[in-house]
Amino acid sequence: MQIIENQKQYDVVIVGSGAGGGMATKILANAGLKVAVVEAGPFFDPANPQQQTQLKWPYESPRRGAGTKRAFGEFDMAYGGWEIDGEPYIQIGNSKFDWFRSRMLGGRTNHWGRISLRFGPRDFKGKDRDGLGENWPIGYEDIRPYYDKVDKLIGVFGSKENLYNEPDGYFLPAPKPRLHELYYKKGAEKSGVKVIPSRLSILTKRISSDRGICFYCNQCSRSCSVYADFSAGSCLIFPAQKAGGQVDLYVNSMVREVEVNEEGKATGVLFINKEDRKEYRIKGKVVVLAASACSTARILLNSKSAQHPNGLGNSSNLVGKYLHDSTGSDRMAFVPELMNRKRYNEDGVGGMHLYSPWWLDNKKLDFPRGYHIEVWGGLGMPSYGTGFNPNDLNKYLGLKVGGYGNQLREDVKKFYGSVMGMSGRGESIAREDNYCEIDPTTLDEFGIPVLRFNYSWSDHERKQARHMHNTFEEIIENMGGVVLGNKPGADRDYGLLNPGRIIHEVGTTRMGSDPKQSVVNEFEQLHDAANVFIVDAGPFVSQADKNPTWTIMALSWRTSEFIIQELKKQNI
Amino acid sequence: MEDIRIYYSRIKETKYLTMNRRDSIRSLFLGSMAGGLMLESCVSESKETLEQKLWEYQYGRTPEEQAYDEKLLGQQFFRSNEIEKIKRLANLILPPTEEKLGNLDFPPTAGGNIEEAKVPEFIEFMAKDIPSIQTQMRGGLMWLDIHTRKTYNKDFLDCSEDEQHQVLDQIAYPDPKASEQKMEVGFFTLMRNLVMTGYFTSEVGINELGYKGNQPNVWDGVPDEVLKAHGMSYDESWIPKFVDQSKRNDIAQWDEEGNLIS
Repeated sequence: MQIIENQKQYDVVIVGSGAGGGMATKILANAGLKVAVVEAGPFFDPANPQQQTQLKWPYESPRRGAGTKRAFGEFDMAYGGWEIDGEPYIQIGNSKFDWFRSRMLGGRTNHWGRISLRFGPRDFKGKDRDGLGENWPIGYEDIRPYYDKVDKLIGVFGSKENLYNEPDGYFLPAPKPRLHELYYKKGAEKSGVKVIPSRLSILTKRISSDRGICFYCNQCSRSCSVYADFSAGSCLIFPAQKAGGQVDLYVNSMVREVEVNEEGKATGVLFINKEDRKEYRIKGKVVVLAASACSTARILLNSKSAQHPNGLGNSSNLVGKYLHDSTGSDRMAFVPELMNRKRYNEDGVGGMHLYSPWWLDNKKLDFPRGYHIEVWGGLGMPSYGTGFNPNDLNKYLGLKVGGYGNQLREDVKKFYGSVMGMSGRGESIAREDNYCEIDPTTLDEFGIPVLRFNYSWSDHERKQARHMHNTFEEIIENMGGVVLGNKPGADRDYGLLNPGRIIHEVGTTRMGSDPKQSVVNEFEQLHDAANVFIVDAGPFVSQADKNPTWTIMALSWRTSEFIIQELKKQNI
Repeated sequence: MEDIRIYYSRIKETKYLTMNRRDSIRSLFLGSMAGGLMLESCVSESKETLEQKLWEYQYGRTPEEQAYDEKLLGQQFFRSNEIEKIKRLANLILPPTEEKLGNLDFPPTAGGNIEEAKVPEFIEFMAKDIPSIQTQMRGGLMWLDIHTRKTYNKDFLDCSEDEQHQVLDQIAYPDPKASEQKMEVGFFTLMRNLVMTGYFTSEVGINELGYKGNQPNVWDGVPDEVLKAHGMSYDESWIPKFVDQSKRNDIAQWDEEGNLIS
């Protein structure tokens, strides 16, 4: 097959358009560099009525929002999911790693929870505390200025709390909590669990004339048509273009490998155009990989050359290793006091209005690291599933379950808004034996070798999940609720969800100062090829009990400034 | 042409609600209007064509998803006799009500009608969208006739309402102590779930439930009377952390300590 050459020589070729790729596009294009963004999915703009799902009603669809085509329901704005037709991945042995991919401009930022937490000083130096995992080569003070800049550019609401490991930032004001959240606060505080306003990248106040303000529809997961939430397309890539940046978007373009010259330096990328199935070459002085931790590892491992026979950047043999996702477990509660609620519009922002950051000292616990607690519930929009088992909760009231007739209407109305839930999201320990690698036997539909996964949890994570459920039960009792479902025991890993389910997978190209122990340096530059950078979550040394997006963007900004400097100095 | 009326009423509501809102949502409003204009322009088309276009425009599908939906919409799974049984069951599960439902913010609806909620169409679609339920649905519908022929010597649809109630009385109450439920009980649970969710995700069902959202608004906390009724309040120490909605349009500015000053 003939490769179609693109004659244009770019300064930078960026692979992927999510949080990391979007931020690199913005910073590099603003600096006047010629940028190509190569995205595996289609163009997406949340303001495009053809693509918009925001403010749609369930009855505007024949399946009423069911998740048969999109994993989080059909109005969710992620094109893809844990399974994508024609793009398989494989498990080794009993491994059950669930790999979520969103194929569209902006990637997973179009649907994510907008939980925008800074890593704290302790999070960069986990090994110093408990001897597990590895320390980052940088600390909070190195990245703090970039967190500040991200706060001001993107916008995040929250509150100043002066908590050492939950650093404050430049916050927009927080929305008032909903009713069930006040119940949670009451119960949690009684248990000594700290509760603070949540920190989400949603505009509760105007931040610029280019973006709207939140109008409280609760649907950030559908990506905001007035750009009042953070999505990488609407907040980074479009503004970069609007500001006159030289940004060419290549969409539906699946990158297969990074090409190198005789010195082993990158010259650009090869990609398959999904529409004509032909192979294209784009050339650039610098290649920035931001395809997501596992996709980037896959591209590197598939980029074999005489100069990099083990795959690009893989002289350490560590590409794909130290893969780790957040721990996660959830529990639901029925709150009898919330039955027969007065109705009002309780949509609020697209996420919780308060949460609990990690509040304990591990010295008194049987597991390392911590978790935060997210809260959900309220008078939400009905969707597929509303009305299922309409009166199962009657069993807690000594009433009959099942039946038919108009009593069912009354049951559904009685219980509407009386169920809430909690989700623990915590830090796991990165291990070399949790990894992804190329499966030698399988290709995807574009002819590209696919990944296979090997992942298992250890007792560190299992004990953390057990602690989550003990905490949930205590809080539920304190708020006058009834715990739903049985407490998951050892046979179910104490309710610990499969790795990959929290969609915070990181660590596959970890950062470090020793090229034998890491894939990139502190500027996310490959030890093995000076003009290749990784700005997704691959370089994370450890996950922290925080969501990774804010740190991806702060690091990507820092790396982008480094690239600009190095190009000026002609070092790369 | 029923669809036109329904969609128009929704669009009008959106318009009313956006009129006294800020510029930030003007583009959204224009989006809705574009929908309205498009509807007007295709009034002359057949109901089927119109419906397809509504879906095509209204709910943000990728081309692949749209093709898949259209494929399913073009197929018929249940036979007409089965559809009649589904309609009958749905009306037994949620009989029509005489009561005027709705609330102050929405026009009162004579809700409660399974047909208006398009429950049978929804169930027909789901049987194709989730093929794993097909056999259970079809087998359960068959079981009804087998059972009534044995008991009353006639098909389920020919039974009187009392007789139909008697059938349901046997299958509508799962045994809470049993580790597994009988096939016909499992079938009825599935049917009841589909009917209930089909109803409460419809326009009339959502109105009846009293859900007030999915529209531009300004959240400023739980209404005072609700807080009071639940014995809740906002902590004094938290009040300064909350958004002052009168200043939401002022561009955010901070001092060097990160304190918001605008």
